[in-house]
Amino acid sequence: MRSASLLPLKQASVLPGFGITLGYTLLYLGFLVLLPLGALVAKASGIGLAGIVAVAVEPRVAAALWTSFSISLVAASVASLFGLLVAWVLTRYDFPARRIVDAIVDLPFALPTAVAGIALAALYAPNGWVGAFLEPLGLKVAYTPLGIFIALVFIGLPFAVRTVQPLIAEIERELEEASATLGASRLRTIWGVLLPPLLPGVLTGFALAFARAVGEYGSVIFIAGNLPYVSEIAPLLIVIKLSEYDYTGATVIATIMLAVSFAALLVINLIQAWSRRRFGHV
Amino acid sequence: MQSRSLNVAGEKKHSRLRSVVAAVGLVVMSSAGLVGLSGAASAQTQLLNVSYDPTRELYREINQAFAEEWKAQTGETVNVRASHAGSGAQARAVIDGIDADVVTLGIPSDIDAIVKATKKIPADWRSRLPNNSLPYTSTVVFLVRKGNPKGIKDWDDLVKPGIQVITPNPKTSAGGRWNFLAAWGYSHAKDGSADKAKEFVSALYKNVPVLDTGARGSTVTFAQRGLGDVLPAWENEAFLVLDEFGRDKFEIVVPPLSILAEPPVALVEGNVDAKGTRKVAEGYLKFLYSDKAQAIFAKHHYRPSKAEAAKPEDLAALPNLKLFTIESLQGNWDDIQKNNFDAGGLFDQISKR
Repeated sequence: MRSASLLPLKQASVLPGFGITLGYTLLYLGFLVLLPLGALVAKASGIGLAGIVAVAVEPRVAAALWTSFSISLVAASVASLFGLLVAWVLTRYDFPARRIVDAIVDLPFALPTAVAGIALAALYAPNGWVGAFLEPLGLKVAYTPLGIFIALVFIGLPFAVRTVQPLIAEIERELEEASATLGASRLRTIWGVLLPPLLPGVLTGFALAFARAVGEYGSVIFIAGNLPYVSEIAPLLIVIKLSEYDYTGATVIATIMLAVSFAALLVINLIQAWSRRRFGHV
Repeated sequence: MQSRSLNVAGEKKHSRLRSVVAAVGLVVMSSAGLVGLSGAASAQTQLLNVSYDPTRELYREINQAFAEEWKAQTGETVNVRASHAGSGAQARAVIDGIDADVVTLGIPSDIDAIVKATKKIPADWRSRLPNNSLPYTSTVVFLVRKGNPKGIKDWDDLVKPGIQVITPNPKTSAGGRWNFLAAWGYSHAKDGSADKAKEFVSALYKNVPVLDTGARGSTVTFAQRGLGDVLPAWENEAFLVLDEFGRDKFEIVVPPLSILAEPPVALVEGNVDAKGTRKVAEGYLKFLYSDKAQAIFAKHHYRPSKAEAAKPEDLAALPNLKLFTIESLQGNWDDIQKNNFDAGGLFDQISKR
């Protein structure tokens, strides 16, 4: 029945207000999201598709885009993995100060990104609390791509935790117990019973963490080192282009980032839709 | 059914629109009232000085001194606000429409950028004020760790293998551009060759482990994070580090030859005429050349254009070294900016792998 309801614009509902809410949604999205993004693309498209491609393949731009997207991908993956673990522990187990630990998860949200960046740089610099221990091992974190990774995992964590937490809370323990009594191994229970319903949440968290990481500037800039071709992220290159009064160049990089991010998020959404159909959950 | 609900929505939207219009009207009226009130309450003139990063402490004192001076001279109360950020970002803010009355930036090319983009400043701005519109100048010196463990004495020591140099990105920082030009000029003075100078800056920037976006960022990286062996810095910034972090941790090394750094000032004619603040703004710029302001510059470790106005002990604190101007080596500022820092310029060439 549901799939048939695609054609008529509105479903019969006991509540009125379809028109006004749809109108409001379109107006809101239009003004707050599409208008600025449209202006951005309009400015960038001034140099034509060939010009945009020329900017994208410029070695330094390509290197910065690669740095931003590849590290964001890895960081979002790691954040998702450990976020899942954190969410599980916070939801399933009861321990002293659980509420406080739970609240701590949100701190990266609330902290101004520059503060996060400075704090991380101070910790991981060769004379910092953590950096001082890593330095003798030959491990440099601050002012290397590894530093970017740390910052991006930090800001991505709350997304990964908060999106799976409600799903974990929904899983009934009986399912695991049933799985166990039916003779499934522990691994099989995790893989076949627990993970499938969590997958959409994990993917959403991953998508959010990835999107945030790609656009992140404040926290990264203080720990990255910002060396061209090594640890220069695309958002910094945009700022540099602006410093050269090259507004078009800046908007072109932004547009490329937007396009790649949109494509990535679309793919993630498709996987999510597929996993919902596949596992028939949520 | 559907059309009816849409109609209802339409009506509701109208009523909502009406209330929005009413609200906007109220806000406009009340803010207009506020402006009127503040205008009536006091004949206070607001002046906005858009400046670069390390001058916070300096202009706080200058602005206060000017307000007192102006009150004594004309009986008018003037309130000078100063805005600080990276020099290039500030130029962009003026281009984008911030209503600056005067700009006091880190490098002439940033004022030139405003000239080109907006025409709010006349092209011949440099000749409109004394001393090429430079109330004070500065230079680049080296800050090293106490005892100078790496034995850094001159620019040549900065390109030695194993030395780490902390300097900001010349693309985003005026201080970074002065450092770059100083290194280039030193090598050019030594070997007399632009090719050798390019090799020199290339070797120097290979020794840079972190490119911060601003001069303050580099100072923090060097002083607080403990990274690097030497920080080429604005002279005033180097003194500030000694005062802030302690003379027992750092010391200043003065190279025998360095650049004359020229942070210029200009009247934003397009803005002062629109705001009706031309007289005060001109008075402010004139005040920068007065004995009182000159003494304040020297106190904050800038080099006053009128040395005799400064306190002798402040002057004595400024080290003696040979200074060259970059214009004497590379021609006019349009070329300096374009050849070194614009896209495809010297800095881009040497950062290629």
